[in-house]
Amino acid sequence: MTGTGALVRLALRLDRLRLAIWIALVTALVLSTASAFTELYPTAASRAQFAAGVATNPALRAIVGPPFDLSSIGGLTAWRMGTLATVLVALMNLLTVLRHTRGEEEAGRLELVGSAVVSRHAALTAALVVALSADALLAVLVATGLVGLGLPVSGSIALGLVPAAAGAVFAGVAAVTAQLTESSRAASGTASCVLGLSFLLRAIGDSAGQDGPAWLSWLSPIGWLQQTRPFAGERWWAFGLAAAFACLLVSGAYGLLGRRDLGAGLWPSRPGPAAASPGLRSPLALAWRLHRGALGAWAPGAAVLGAGFGGIAQGIGDLLGDNPQLAEILAAIGGEDSIVDAYLASTLHIVGLLAAAYAVSATLRLRSEEVAQRAEPLLATGVGRVAWAASHLAIALLGTTVLLLSAGLAAGVVHGLRVGDVGGQVPRLLVGALVQLPAAAVLAGIAVALFGLAPRFTVGAWAAVVAFLLVQQLGAILQLDQWLLDLSPFTHVPNLPGGELSATPLLWLLAATMALAAAGLFSFRRRDIG
Amino acid sequence: MDGVVKTFGATVALDGLDLEVATGEVHGFLGPNGAGKSTAIRVLLGLLRADSGTARLLGGDPWRDVADLHRRLAYVPGDVTLWPTLSGGEVIDLLGRLRGGLDSGRRADLLARFQLDPTKKGRTYSKGNRQKVALVAALASDVELLLLDEPTAGLDPLMEAVFRDCIAEERARGRTVLLSSHILAEVEALCDRMSIIRDGRTVETGTLAELRHLTRTSVSADLAGPPGRLADLAGVHDLAVQGSRVHLQVDPDQLNDVLAHLTRVGVRSLVSQPPTLEQLFLRHYAPAQAAVR
Repeated sequence: MTGTGALVRLALRLDRLRLAIWIALVTALVLSTASAFTELYPTAASRAQFAAGVATNPALRAIVGPPFDLSSIGGLTAWRMGTLATVLVALMNLLTVLRHTRGEEEAGRLELVGSAVVSRHAALTAALVVALSADALLAVLVATGLVGLGLPVSGSIALGLVPAAAGAVFAGVAAVTAQLTESSRAASGTASCVLGLSFLLRAIGDSAGQDGPAWLSWLSPIGWLQQTRPFAGERWWAFGLAAAFACLLVSGAYGLLGRRDLGAGLWPSRPGPAAASPGLRSPLALAWRLHRGALGAWAPGAAVLGAGFGGIAQGIGDLLGDNPQLAEILAAIGGEDSIVDAYLASTLHIVGLLAAAYAVSATLRLRSEEVAQRAEPLLATGVGRVAWAASHLAIALLGTTVLLLSAGLAAGVVHGLRVGDVGGQVPRLLVGALVQLPAAAVLAGIAVALFGLAPRFTVGAWAAVVAFLLVQQLGAILQLDQWLLDLSPFTHVPNLPGGELSATPLLWLLAATMALAAAGLFSFRRRDIG
Repeated sequence: MDGVVKTFGATVALDGLDLEVATGEVHGFLGPNGAGKSTAIRVLLGLLRADSGTARLLGGDPWRDVADLHRRLAYVPGDVTLWPTLSGGEVIDLLGRLRGGLDSGRRADLLARFQLDPTKKGRTYSKGNRQKVALVAALASDVELLLLDEPTAGLDPLMEAVFRDCIAEERARGRTVLLSSHILAEVEALCDRMSIIRDGRTVETGTLAELRHLTRTSVSADLAGPPGRLADLAGVHDLAVQGSRVHLQVDPDQLNDVLAHLTRVGVRSLVSQPPTLEQLFLRHYAPAQAAVR
């Protein structure tokens, strides 16, 4: 393990701001939710009312997770924030570990470091040390913060450990995927798939009724961590599952690392064609060529997500039968169908955010091409700057549309099969998915605008995705001001199916996208490259 | 380029650079690391915008007439990075098509001469092979002007010889080449004229013969008698006397007087060498390095 210490310091130097922002964000989310709940629902009676009205909504079980004890502030916070914080920290660790392992290796920097007095495993060890230290710090901050808010100590510790344990598991997942492929893009894609699948499995399991496949939740690391039940009679042994799985993954990663060359993956790359196909003669053709691989992975992922969400929908209607009180409330607002529709609409919002994440990732390919100096030789040919940038944007928007269509189609088919109305449900859900497009496109517009105006701060587009996710997930429950909610393009998307389809907000979103894209492309024409 | 200035924040990359490349010549572009060679080429490519001064390329404005000019030139960057998922052959074809077009016969010929396997994917090429991909793409394109930024940095000596042959052919075909390089032998062998830049400024420009005119000839002689008052003669520098052998540097305009003095003493053998490019180079860089120290 020679050299690990030096590499840890290097990684901390490179990531100090990034990690600090992640940790501060997650800590602030959990603590502000807890303190908002304290203000909003100060009495046991108000909490009981909230629990009856909203928290037993089975659609929320699919997205947020099962509630265990909604009579206390701690229980409310753990229910509302546990899964969200888990996913965020999992993402943080996944990106951190990949950046310092496969990312450095692909860039060739690890070779330089590896030639110094550094052991073979040092880079992986350093990445894991950094990621796990960040988790530990986060756990301490969350736990002490919650105790500071006057919540019970053991529950606070458990809720602090939940995201940290998820971080450890997904650091392990990333450590394994880093060994499999030569490209860090493919490695982070594979690891993100595992995260998405973990979320989906527990979503299906959590929303399953008595006879449904509730056991699916137990196949997901996120499901285990929900079962630790902070503030609701903690089950500490469930942390053991996560810890054991993380250890298994990490030892697997070391095993794989010992069996491959530096720079190589376990999946070898194949030779390509000796000459380009006749079609590869424009920036658009090149952009398609560069994006099609990632899209080929995202699109099935979106379809699986859509199918999963669609498959749960009818079960949510069935669950309502068990709860006469809620059924009464629902009858007043339109009956059982309306809760199924509301659930479908809210899952399609999640699909929309996922599509927006794709749109940002694909659009920011512009920046990574520029930084990797692959834009320079292209722009030194007859290709104009605007044509080059617009070609990536066009493919990004096309890909976003494909993702929405595949999720909407899959949700429509699966839900349609369950209710015996495929012909009716498919168009409804396709429309519900497609109305997300203008909102997702705004994110691509933000990415292009940053790329043109402030290329060093393109990470701001990701910050926007996270911010809009938080507004969507927490806005209503924290009773945020309307102007804050209005900042998110997704606030303006009609709730379909079930809601009213109105074109005006969608046209405004398209106009905003075009204005942002035009500003970005115009500034890109005028700035230096590199 | 005339008086071109380009700054990045507080760093002055080009500080009034003058550079003129005539049509049909191979022009060497020399300078130490960080002298501004790549920045100058990027300004010529319209990738960077000059803060002041004028730059003209093939009769056009490199910043405004981008697409038209770029169809008539090919560029090889100093640090070639390829798309990891595209094969070398695909990159060559793509870049050629995006320029003025590709000569497929020449493409095949160059692939054979550079011994490049076009089926490998971008991420599996070594530095030298990535450079070959960019070189083949540039040399096989139908263009008037080649802008080459340290194109041989990763090539082995055999491939460097192939490269020199190729550039000689390009000159014979009437193409203009701007060759930025560190390898003095290469510039000495290939270039009609050259410019030496330092700290973003042109310090010397001309043919090798013209530049030699500006510098000293080194003379080593075995004398029949004592060197006498050789050290006091005008134009003599770095005199070293070892018994009857003397080594000295002579300014070009004093060479005749110095040789006359030596023959008066009596010369048993004499070796006189024109300055190599290396010496020109060192002479121009030495002050900067001294200043750094």
